[in-house]
Amino acid sequence: MSVQIMRRILRCVPLVVLLLPGAALAQTMPAAVPADEVFTREQIGRALSPPTPAAGHTAPSAANAPPDDGQWTMPSKNYASTRFSSLTEITAQNVAQLVPLFSFSLAVNKGQEAAPIVADNVMYVVTAYPNIVYALDLTRPGAPMKWRFAPKPLPASQGVACCDVVNRGGTVDRGKFIFNTLDGQTIAVDIRTGKALWRTRLGNINIGETLTMAPLVAEGRVFVGDSGGELGVRGWLVALDEDSGKLLWRAYNTGPDADVKIGPDFHPFYLSDKGTNLGVTTWPADAWRIGGGTVWGWVTYDPELKTVYYGSGNPGPWNADQRPGDNKWTTGIFARDPATGAARWYYQMNPHDEHDYDGVNEQLLLDMPFGGSMHKVLIHIDRNGYVYVIDRTNGQVLSADPYGPVNSSKGVDLQTGRLIVNPDKETKVGREVHDICPTASGAKDWNPSSFSPDTGLLYIPHENMCMDWTDMKVSYIVGTPYVGADVHMKPGPGGNRGVLSAWDPVNRRPAWEVRENFPIWSGTVVTAGSVVFYGTMDGWFKAVDAKSGRDLWKYKVDSGIISQPVSYRGPDGHQYIAVLSGVGGWSGAVVSGPVDPRDGSAALGMVNVMSDLPKYTTAGGTLYVFALPH
Amino acid sequence: MYSRYPTELCLAVLLALSGCGRSHQEPAPTVSPTAGDGAVITSALDPGLDHSVSTLDPRAAPYYDNVVAVTDGKRLFGQFNCSGCHSNGGGGMAPDLMDDEWIYGSRLEQIHQTLVEGRPNGMPAWGGKISDDQLWEISTYVRSMSLPATLAAQTGSTPSQSPAPVPREVDQTPGWTAPPQTTNDYTTTITGP
Repeated sequence: MSVQIMRRILRCVPLVVLLLPGAALAQTMPAAVPADEVFTREQIGRALSPPTPAAGHTAPSAANAPPDDGQWTMPSKNYASTRFSSLTEITAQNVAQLVPLFSFSLAVNKGQEAAPIVADNVMYVVTAYPNIVYALDLTRPGAPMKWRFAPKPLPASQGVACCDVVNRGGTVDRGKFIFNTLDGQTIAVDIRTGKALWRTRLGNINIGETLTMAPLVAEGRVFVGDSGGELGVRGWLVALDEDSGKLLWRAYNTGPDADVKIGPDFHPFYLSDKGTNLGVTTWPADAWRIGGGTVWGWVTYDPELKTVYYGSGNPGPWNADQRPGDNKWTTGIFARDPATGAARWYYQMNPHDEHDYDGVNEQLLLDMPFGGSMHKVLIHIDRNGYVYVIDRTNGQVLSADPYGPVNSSKGVDLQTGRLIVNPDKETKVGREVHDICPTASGAKDWNPSSFSPDTGLLYIPHENMCMDWTDMKVSYIVGTPYVGADVHMKPGPGGNRGVLSAWDPVNRRPAWEVRENFPIWSGTVVTAGSVVFYGTMDGWFKAVDAKSGRDLWKYKVDSGIISQPVSYRGPDGHQYIAVLSGVGGWSGAVVSGPVDPRDGSAALGMVNVMSDLPKYTTAGGTLYVFALPH
Repeated sequence: MYSRYPTELCLAVLLALSGCGRSHQEPAPTVSPTAGDGAVITSALDPGLDHSVSTLDPRAAPYYDNVVAVTDGKRLFGQFNCSGCHSNGGGGMAPDLMDDEWIYGSRLEQIHQTLVEGRPNGMPAWGGKISDDQLWEISTYVRSMSLPATLAAQTGSTPSQSPAPVPREVDQTPGWTAPPQTTNDYTTTITGP
């Protein structure tokens, strides 16, 4: 047959294929998991005592949450991580009049996860790779650029970033803007000049390490953790000297006690965390070296107790059959001495994790009534679906209640501290397990909640999604993914993939919930004006009433929102709200990659439940600032 | 303008070009005179020509219409963790391989070259790490992912499970040709510094 005829036939073939019945090229949303396949709060929620709200008022201590000066100098607002603004100009009654004041293109169309930072009337934003830092002068109309700093991270780092080339933000402290780059550097920029004061290389992309987290700055030290749990990267937390960038200490989350800085000061509350070199013995030989436990989420600090708190990520590989044992010290919360890194206590949310339930979500440090008296607690809203209220002086779990769809476990045994795993939803080689809830990205991922001392409620932006999971053997090749699981995600009961929950931690239940079509991957900010702001993945920036959840206002921005909204007082004394658009991250990969919607297994199974997103939003990356007309 | 160039060189180049530059109306695949010694051209822009040129790399020949190659390629794609970044073709950490957008070229030798050299924005370099025959087989599986026959065979939400062999014809389509009566004819020779 001649070349011409063959060519003509080839051109016809695609057309013929489309006309064939049953051609599986169109994407359909998988069916939601039925409601009777998940447990209720009554069935699996547990507490050491019934609620005693009369014993006191839940609030952060003054040291952990100093009086609001109208700035927003760190992503969590304060060490308590309340993300609460005391400004009252914008209220539930007038927020309907909110208008955009100015916008600023970040010139990067990838997932934007950072919190805009405001200090001394300058706003600082760090973008997704290539991690450009913009400083905007808020005293002049239109907030013109003061300077721009381009760190030029290695382009190859884009190839070892599991979940889009994101960055969760920087912090301003003592004249420096401090942030991380994807290729593993922590950089301090002089805020007056926009020039780098120091750059410290901490991560090695050739072993799959990147940096995506917002560093914590406290009392002259910068705390940084690594990313790469899907590439067999060993997790660690590092402290740098804030003035020089010099490495002070590094504590690993797997391996021998000396590496993990477990010594005489270590007093874990539960028996299963006591022993020698558990970071080795709870793994097969040498598996801890590529075991994960990375620190890509939130680190915080209690200046009164002088303790650093953070959670460790999932163990690697996802195929848990390749790593029998509890896999310490992954998916757990560490309390450490900020000066030396010495471990004080540890609590493991997910021993021998089989579902990618990283422990890196935010910790809120609050004083809360429990069992008739006030306790210093750490509230951790975990990927596994539970709101944990933990005594932050010793790591004891006071209560654990599901805030999302859960069937992979049946509650937390508060005597042993151990998660009660549901054998029906355990993942093993050779088994296709269906309808596991919550999904691998959790009932909530890294995007942080906020807390209002006025309402006593946590505002949790989260997911209602489940998954099917099949394990398969995976070989470790340095610098490449080390996963070993085929995952397909699906909506949870009810079909809405997202929920905004206002959670009462004292009474252990939601006060109200708002359902969303798409999973919510933005943070929340709550104000003294009784307004909660959050963004949706299809690009709506919304305000709801903090007491009732009632819709008050919304505005359509140029791309979906997965960033952390903030509120600040401008130079003119008015209250402003700032947020970044730019959909992406793990859940938005189908748009920001872009990743093909026809492959449900793509993006670690996320595409199966997000294949419709490209119809609703395109990629983008813009800073928006809103205020009441004035 | 280029009078300092030796006349002989100009003549030689013009002669070579005249052999290729004839076909405004009937584009035909030709072996590029500049793609020798294993060099694989990725750009569609070939200066001095008013159309782009397809190379027929003899190393690729055995891998077309080859069921064994594409089946082996699928197995190797999983074993070497390609699926870790590219999933079952849809992408993830890495670009989509199921669509018709190719940053670095879709011809088998171009895909093979991408695997050998890696690429700056995150594709690792596998040359010397995986045998060349296996790299060619993986290339055929990658190319197969976007074939209509492979896409048609997809049932459910996991693609590329029944990869069709790569027809020789997919790499015999000519490159872009200038529309008739355009003014730029790019006949000047340019040499580098």
